[in-house]
Amino acid sequence: MTLQDINNLPDFTITCEGDNTLTVTDVFCCDMLSLAMSKGIEHAAWVTVMGGVNTLAVLRLTEMSCIILAEGVKPDDVMKQKALEEGIAVFTTDLSVFRAALKIHEALS
Amino acid sequence: MTNSTELLYVISGEDFASAGEASTSFKNELKKLNVSPEVIRRASIAMYEGEINMVIHAYGGTARVTVDDKDIKIVLADNGPGIEDVEKAMQAGYSTATDGIRDLGFGAGMGLPNMKKYSDEMTIETHEGEGTTVTMIVHREPEVS
Ligand SMILES: Nc1ncnc2c1ncn2[C@@H]1O[C@H](COP(=O)(O)OP(=O)(O)O)[C@@H](O)[C@H]1O
Ligand SMILES: [Mg+2]
Repeated sequence: MTLQDINNLPDFTITCEGDNTLTVTDVFCCDMLSLAMSKGIEHAAWVTVMGGVNTLAVLRLTEMSCIILAEGVKPDDVMKQKALEEGIAVFTTDLSVFRAALKIHEALS
Repeated sequence: MTNSTELLYVISGEDFASAGEASTSFKNELKKLNVSPEVIRRASIAMYEGEINMVIHAYGGTARVTVDDKDIKIVLADNGPGIEDVEKAMQAGYSTATDGIRDLGFGAGMGLPNMKKYSDEMTIETHEGEGTTVTMIVHREPEVS
């Protein structure tokens, strides 16, 4: 599926627009950046509660497709600005990390 | 004659907003040089952890990269406080990062262990109060024995 498909899911709100045609092939959950850096899955939607600029750097390096901030976390201003500059899609949701990942997983299958 | 490419990155300390930029640019350069994806992945993780360490522990530094047909060599040099006990620092989970740094998602104590794991050779030269130089080599092809 594509980022557009996530955008169409009722629980997810886009806060930073990216390239909506990017494909998503998996889901990845992790808040620890070192771990995400070594275990992140290419083209995955990354569900996390880390709404800071460093999440963007790890996303770029691991080539995951988008960030989904769960538990009602909002990106801080620096993250928002940088995500917009770099065209990285950031979604927010009030769902828990688990529920958010489950929704993406269901949408994928 | 072998081709060799040199890259230099200056990493500023305590600048969390641009932390990771050198590693991203490094990764893009390796792609241009047709390094295999698995080697790029390993070298990028090692580079990222080294970059972050210079940002959070050492007021920044430089990364000098040499890529030739056989190896990717990364030399990370800083003028930071040095590492008091290298053996301890190498242990998984050991970290002197502050709570503020941990809140940013760093300080898991996995940086140096990952750098060792994802590179083929790693040496650390450090002097208290003077700085630290970490040299990592990642082979472009697996060793044939
Ligand atoms: N370049 C450096 N300068 C000074 N100290 C360092 C440097 N790199 C690592 N260290 C020390 O080694 C410890 C372990 O490093 P690392 O495994 O990367 O974990 P972390 O960065 O999560 O603390 C750090 O907490 C720090 O005390
Ligand atoms: Mg570290």
